[in-house]
Amino acid sequence: MTTEAILNRLRATRAWRSIFRRGPARTNRTRSLAIFGNVFLHLLPVKVREQSLRVRATYYLGTISFFMFVVLTLTGILLMFYYHPAVPQAYLDMKDLRFVVSNGVFLRNMHRVAAHIMVIAVFWHMFHVFYRGGYRPPHEFNWAIGVVLLLLTLLLSYTGYLLPWDQLAFWAITVGTNILSSAPIAGPQLRYLLLGGNVVDENALLRFYVLHCVILPLLAALLIGVHFWRIRKDGGLTVGESNERDKQ
Amino acid sequence: MSETNNKFEAGIESNALQAPQRVVFITPKTSAQVKEKADRQLMSYPHLMLRELIAFEVLTGVLVIVALVWDAPLEQLANPLLTPNPAKAPWYFLGLQELLHYFPPLVAGIIIPGLVVLALVVIPYFNVNIKGEPLWAADRSRRFLILIVSVGLLLIFLGLYRAWTVLVPTVAIAGLTIVSFLRLKRPYRLITFLQTRPLSWWVMTWFIAVALTLTVVGTFFRGPGWSWVWPWR
Repeated sequence: MTTEAILNRLRATRAWRSIFRRGPARTNRTRSLAIFGNVFLHLLPVKVREQSLRVRATYYLGTISFFMFVVLTLTGILLMFYYHPAVPQAYLDMKDLRFVVSNGVFLRNMHRVAAHIMVIAVFWHMFHVFYRGGYRPPHEFNWAIGVVLLLLTLLLSYTGYLLPWDQLAFWAITVGTNILSSAPIAGPQLRYLLLGGNVVDENALLRFYVLHCVILPLLAALLIGVHFWRIRKDGGLTVGESNERDKQ
Repeated sequence: MSETNNKFEAGIESNALQAPQRVVFITPKTSAQVKEKADRQLMSYPHLMLRELIAFEVLTGVLVIVALVWDAPLEQLANPLLTPNPAKAPWYFLGLQELLHYFPPLVAGIIIPGLVVLALVVIPYFNVNIKGEPLWAADRSRRFLILIVSVGLLLIFLGLYRAWTVLVPTVAIAGLTIVSFLRLKRPYRLITFLQTRPLSWWVMTWFIAVALTLTVVGTFFRGPGWSWVWPWR
């Protein structure tokens, strides 16, 4: 029996049909159903312009940013199994990841690399969208959401930076939060709120841990959903514009 | 039920039992997308899904290879009594830290980044130059004067603060703007390209040039006491 025949049989089963609510995607109707019949995929448009699929139209930068977020979530969850947000246990857990946990080094490396790539990809994505005029009406609100997502990305990376509790982490956060205390009116109070004290210590580690693992990822996931959905609602990606102008 | 605007007046039926009517208003100064030809469209499933899947596989491959070759840094246990010199923020904040070297913390750490974020959010709502006309398309001499005066004042300000790492990329981009102003013949594609850029392009390019320079200098060229060092020495 060929693979196709097996797949067709599977698709015909009652369980499959009850989950996906459609037969094989051979007609445009069932292909549409594949998108808007799925709670996650229905954020995307059923049809896309051929131009917007070209690599040069987007360089897949938004896709890359999103996939990095997915990888970071998965590796982050695995890392949470081996991590205690306490002093000095956090640092000892880093040592354990290196010398005790199977593939611990690889796991931490994946998380770190993906974090760097995500920051770069999100910045590049923003600049690319700007140069293609993607911020113009009716996309201006989605652009604003994108700016918030950039800030969330930076905050996610920054809060994660403290968690290994080594010299690099401690002093980077000390330098960064000192800037915050120069804010007008409530600078020192803001810093106190973020750190849970006047210096970077156990309380700061716990706060950064909760921000990094719960609050910021949930906010980011929520806004990523809205960001995707708005692409569809605003009529698809901005394409072709800058190319047309280049030809003149 | 009617909604009044000084431009038009429209009555909208609110009876849910009647078939909905869609009315499109094109308000002034927004970009109505006028299509000369209909774009060819493809079904997201499978065309988009397949490409996303391939992108994901390639990315995962790259990630795995990099994670096998390169190790995430881990230094000694954090010690509040032992300050490294220089203490550096993560790389994406080193541009800000470099700014802090020149300007007071309130300006470099709060006001400038705050204004950048505000500008990024707000600018699309002003519908400036929605057609994307080249900077020198009209009103050439007046615009040139404004450019020279504003860049000149900025350079004096940066010079007074000795903010060289901001000044150098500013001079470079301003130089390119002046090149695009001159009515040069167009033997090179770069000159043609520059001559057709709108103001928004120039502002963004200047911003990226400054941010990139600051970040690279902060990351590689700053040593003890934030003094200038050469990374290869």
